[in-house]
Amino acid sequence: MSYLTRWQKPVVASWPTFGRLADLRDEIGRLFEAPLAEFARSSRLLSGWNPALDVFEDKDNVFVKAELPGMKREDIEVSLHDNTLSISGERKAENNHKDAEVYRSERFVGRFQRTISLPWAVASDKVKAEYKVGILTVTLPKTEEAKPKQIDVSFS
Amino acid sequence: MPATVQKENQHETNHATTHEYVTPEVNIFETKDGYILEAEMPGVGKDGLEITLDNNELTIAGHRSSETVPGEPLFRERRLSDYRRVFELDPAIDSAKISAKMDQGVLTLTLPKSEKVKPRKITVD
Repeated sequence: MSYLTRWQKPVVASWPTFGRLADLRDEIGRLFEAPLAEFARSSRLLSGWNPALDVFEDKDNVFVKAELPGMKREDIEVSLHDNTLSISGERKAENNHKDAEVYRSERFVGRFQRTISLPWAVASDKVKAEYKVGILTVTLPKTEEAKPKQIDVSFS
Repeated sequence: MPATVQKENQHETNHATTHEYVTPEVNIFETKDGYILEAEMPGVGKDGLEITLDNNELTIAGHRSSETVPGEPLFRERRLSDYRRVFELDPAIDSAKISAKMDQGVLTLTLPKSEKVKPRKITVD
């Protein structure tokens, strides 16, 4: 009996160890969850700025519209390579409020890039870009080969 | 006539409940002279902007200028709802002196503090 009692002691003593382990697990959980929840709320921390894009087409052109509010024209880069359109640029921090206290800072500052593969071959030398009310519109004329054609079928 | 008004009001409320808005992202700074609020509203021109002040509640709303949709959509990510966000103003703001500027889809509001709350240096004779 006394042996058994002596044996029990370490078992009872081990419970707080388990407790501590559970605490540790909780701690680790918190450690990972808390910042992740924070990240999830502001996904930009993980992925940067992915300006929203719309792509349209008519029979002659492909149009790409991107929301890029508050940019300077010279800070927007549009390039076309192998029928892949890339819109990139950088929004610089404006330091005209240097001595100001910041209450909210939700607007993104830094570099961004979006790349899309165009559905049609386009004439790279005739691409036009326009930037108005914070929206960049890139007009890409389709090549003659990519345009839909009416084929006259003659029946004999 | 009252019937028309009632009908219109009802229409208004229906409209309001079904309306979805995009919350513009903002930066707010405080300087010694007042506050500066910048809000991102791409697609909104000067005429699409609606700024209302009701007591201490400032509402900024932006209606996207009737953007022409060029052809058939292939891929869409942009949300085309109007923008709306409400702010509570510091009572120190002189609401008569609020000014607004719109540039490339970014609204900048300057909200000056009234003279009497600005920090002043008092010289001792």
